[in-house]
Amino acid sequence: MVTLTINGLQVTVEEGTTLLEAAKFLNFPIPTLCHVDGLSPYGACRLCIVEIGEGLRSRLVTSCTYPVEEGLVVRTTSNRVNRARRMVIELLLGTCPQSKVIQDLASKYNVHQQRFRQEYDDCILCGLCVRMCAEQMMAKAIGFRGRGETRSIGTPFDIKSDVCRFCGGCIYICPACQLRCTYNQPERAVCGGCANISAPCLEKSKFDDMMCYMDPCVACEIRKD
Amino acid sequence: MVSEEVSKLLERHEGKQGELISILEEIQAKYSYLPQEYLREVAVQTGRSLTDVYGVATFYKAFSLQPRGKHLVSVCLGTACHVRGGPAIAEEMEKQLGIKAGQTTPDKEFTLETVNCLGACAIGPVVVVDGHYFSNVRTGQVREILEKSRRGLDVVEVDTDERIFPVEVSCARCNHSLMDAEHIIDGHPSVRVTVSFGQKHGWVCISSLWGSYNVISKYEIPFDTIVNIFCPHCHAELIGGALCGDCGAPMVPMIVRGGGVVQLCSRRGCKGHILDLDGTTFD
Ligand code: SF4
Ligand code: SF4
Ligand code: SF4
Ligand code: FES
Ligand code: FES
Ligand SMILES: [Zn+2]
Ligand SMILES: [Zn+2]
Repeated sequence: MVTLTINGLQVTVEEGTTLLEAAKFLNFPIPTLCHVDGLSPYGACRLCIVEIGEGLRSRLVTSCTYPVEEGLVVRTTSNRVNRARRMVIELLLGTCPQSKVIQDLASKYNVHQQRFRQEYDDCILCGLCVRMCAEQMMAKAIGFRGRGETRSIGTPFDIKSDVCRFCGGCIYICPACQLRCTYNQPERAVCGGCANISAPCLEKSKFDDMMCYMDPCVACEIRKD
Repeated sequence: MVSEEVSKLLERHEGKQGELISILEEIQAKYSYLPQEYLREVAVQTGRSLTDVYGVATFYKAFSLQPRGKHLVSVCLGTACHVRGGPAIAEEMEKQLGIKAGQTTPDKEFTLETVNCLGACAIGPVVVVDGHYFSNVRTGQVREILEKSRRGLDVVEVDTDERIFPVEVSCARCNHSLMDAEHIIDGHPSVRVTVSFGQKHGWVCISSLWGSYNVISKYEIPFDTIVNIFCPHCHAELIGGALCGDCGAPMVPMIVRGGGVVQLCSRRGCKGHILDLDGTTFD
């Protein structure tokens, strides 16, 4: 067992526990985006940062990947943490201003300005869909491709995957793509066609901004027969 | 057959660190790109998901999913080369080849790419063609560089190329000189050893010029064959235990007159040679 201090409170947890889990145990809220229970931690979004150590030697770490250490002093809402966290949200908002999840985070953490150019990207590369597909659906149908600026998510060779099981897990878990699949009704946030078995995307040719990796669209397929 | 070829590669690299990358490197070296059916086969045989294999294949710049041309032209656009006129060189290349950076000419002769710093900033702007560096390149030289490359840069101009110099070697066991003045290659006495492969046994003369890969031999040694090399005087096998960094075949050590060791790869056609002249290593 390991004993550490979080926001002044002592807690004893099992070795190998992450700071995020330990903080949750004490009911200290830490926002997360790329972390979901049941999927391996990935540390991509930097939203869950906390401050560890004291004085000049303190530093920010991602709590979802950082394992507890004996005697560690952790602060989850210090000024430094709050400032950095708001910056992370502002950056995410620049990448994906259309994401409801990110908008909600922004309002919750009082991010009222947006100084970066809005990119309207459809992915923040959080890797949730990749882990969902690999770890829960055991499919490994999608993954990261390329690197740097050209890094993206998708199927190998960008062609219909023969191992995808059309479970919709990737869409379900994605924090950025609710708006990707609106077909010609941008005011409707999620098409959800596959989930509802209704068919919002009838003319496929117009529907080039398909959100999911279920190529071809499950709903359209259903509608056709 | 794709599957047999891949299983051979797997045999060679299985269980080693970086197994996947080594296999992909060999496929890339052989076909100048990673054909889709090979990636699929590698995934099946190594038990990895195609998604993972594809992720690795698209991550490294050394790999290409499109066929590359016979010659790879890399124009450096790193900071130093950029300020010295790299972009103008790249533009001129694009103009003369009629393609954009990242593309391959329709006749599959050239692939043009731009890179960020080749670590040779002092001699910039730098252009590298098939591993050969061109320094202080001016736009006026672009045509010449392309023409030279088309003729083949491996055809070394023995008299003018500074990378070429003769070495004199002797047997590591009996110290007898291996130089053979009767067989002249590249205008210099050659290095003569006995070679055996399969059922064949005979002599081979290797150019003594460091940087030249010219050989003449009694029997035509097929490319890719790994041969055993013996001293023609004491008949000891010249073998040291080191493996070729390029292909993994055993290296053949010889003593360099004046101090040092030269190691030649025992695989026909492999250029993984190392020259260690008392502290200064060339490869
Ligand atoms: S729908 Fe396909 S790609 Fe998405 S999680 Fe399921 S199996 Fe993976
Ligand atoms: S598609 Fe969605 S879940 Fe997948 S990496 Fe991008 S933002 Fe994350
Ligand atoms: S399968 Fe079709 S309906 Fe379902 S989310 Fe994808 S595009 Fe929308
Ligand atoms: S939740 Fe920890 S980095 Fe995303
Ligand atoms: S910038 Fe071109 S070699 Fe460094
Ligand atoms: Zn000898
Ligand atoms: Zn070799």
